[in-house]
Amino acid sequence: MGHHTTVKEDLGVAVKGFIILLIVTFIEVGIALVGNGHIIEGFKLPKIILMTPIMIVFSLYKAYYIVSIFMHLGHETKGMAASVVLPMLIFIWAITAFLWEGKSWNNNQNYVNDKNKESQIVPKDKKTSLIQPKEYISTEINFL
Amino acid sequence: MANETVIETQEHEHGHSHDVKDNELWGGGKEPFRASYGKLMMWYFLLSDAFTFGGFLIAYGALRFSMDTWPVPDFVFQTAPFGISHAPLIFVTFMTFVLIVSSVTVLRAVQEGKRENKNGVINWLIITVFGGAVFLGCQAWEWTNLMYTEGMNVYINPFSAHVEKGKYLTFAELEKEAAAKGWSKEKVSDHETYYFKDKDGTKYFEKRDHEDKLPKKMDIEVSTPYLITYSHHFHDYAPGAYKTEAGVVKTEQYGPKSFGTLFFFITGFHGFHVLSGVVFLLIIAIQSWNGTYVARKNGYEMVEKVGLYWHFVDLVWVFVFLAFYLL
Repeated sequence: MGHHTTVKEDLGVAVKGFIILLIVTFIEVGIALVGNGHIIEGFKLPKIILMTPIMIVFSLYKAYYIVSIFMHLGHETKGMAASVVLPMLIFIWAITAFLWEGKSWNNNQNYVNDKNKESQIVPKDKKTSLIQPKEYISTEINFL
Repeated sequence: MANETVIETQEHEHGHSHDVKDNELWGGGKEPFRASYGKLMMWYFLLSDAFTFGGFLIAYGALRFSMDTWPVPDFVFQTAPFGISHAPLIFVTFMTFVLIVSSVTVLRAVQEGKRENKNGVINWLIITVFGGAVFLGCQAWEWTNLMYTEGMNVYINPFSAHVEKGKYLTFAELEKEAAAKGWSKEKVSDHETYYFKDKDGTKYFEKRDHEDKLPKKMDIEVSTPYLITYSHHFHDYAPGAYKTEAGVVKTEQYGPKSFGTLFFFITGFHGFHVLSGVVFLLIIAIQSWNGTYVARKNGYEMVEKVGLYWHFVDLVWVFVFLAFYLL
């Protein structure tokens, strides 16, 4: 095992990594606290268009730093790094597809619930309906 | 190491192969990707593990998107040990800090291993084990608090957020509403706690907050987070009654139960990785101490491999932290 780094260099890598990860984490938590109105009364940041992208970018940066510097993938051969990183690209599809799917469950569920509520309204002239509304309308779907 | 014997047998078996010429075989001298077999396979194991975690977190995202309402993280995770409350995300930031520190200390162990410094390796590994144990302890506290103080489990999630504007009712106001509607006033058996019950059997309690007091802010906005108090006096939930802007009296609804299920499952799976990591680190520390790696051709490479695993645990936490606490 060749050791071509000095103790000082090693310590430098460790301390630098520690400071970077810590600062990025503090920024994330800071934005979460300020943005959700916990620090300044009545002050909030827009969530979806501002806070969420910032959190994702910072988290991806932390992940990049850990993998590249701490796990040393940046110093391995390009082919090996690619064999680990490229399969991850499938997450781009998976995240898009499944969040889309989740939203569509939500839409379907709300659609059915709305329809159920509509049919629960009994017409005024039909006061002597034999079937009570509550009996023929199933309760709201809640399959989760 | 098993991989060394494998390489040697491959070299000996050259003569037995008739279909492939000798110069086409890997002679064992030059490793593919210039990485050792063990390290490469650790990377591919971690890749597969990343897909497992990725699948879980994507399931979290899909279920969250399928709900009209979802618990607010900085309301759910606002308590810390020693009676600290109203401190959103502070405890979990401390847990993240512990994991970052332990990731740096295992990096130091790997660096000392490359230098073949036995004592350095052992010391840094032991510090890392300590960090992992502190993290697990924190997680145990967080789980205990959520389960036995707040009353969340894999079946019931008392955390949610309001979907309409309104106002919580004090007991006097609630009593007035109940009298007008003809609801019965009932008493929790053996306890001086009263509630109201409508014809469908729904129970209406006076709202209680985290500290079992009337909330400071009685007004409800859209997406105001709430917790259905688990009353430890009578071992049941007491959903608070509120009046909507339209004048309808309602009780708080339980949150999506998938929140509790996903939380305990995903953080539990991560915690299990931390636990097994602690065991691996201890094994490697003991083997360093008894001189196993001095005798090995590849020196302290096992420390590098366990280091990769430990960094991966930190890496996964980055995304668990993102999904559950930040977004």
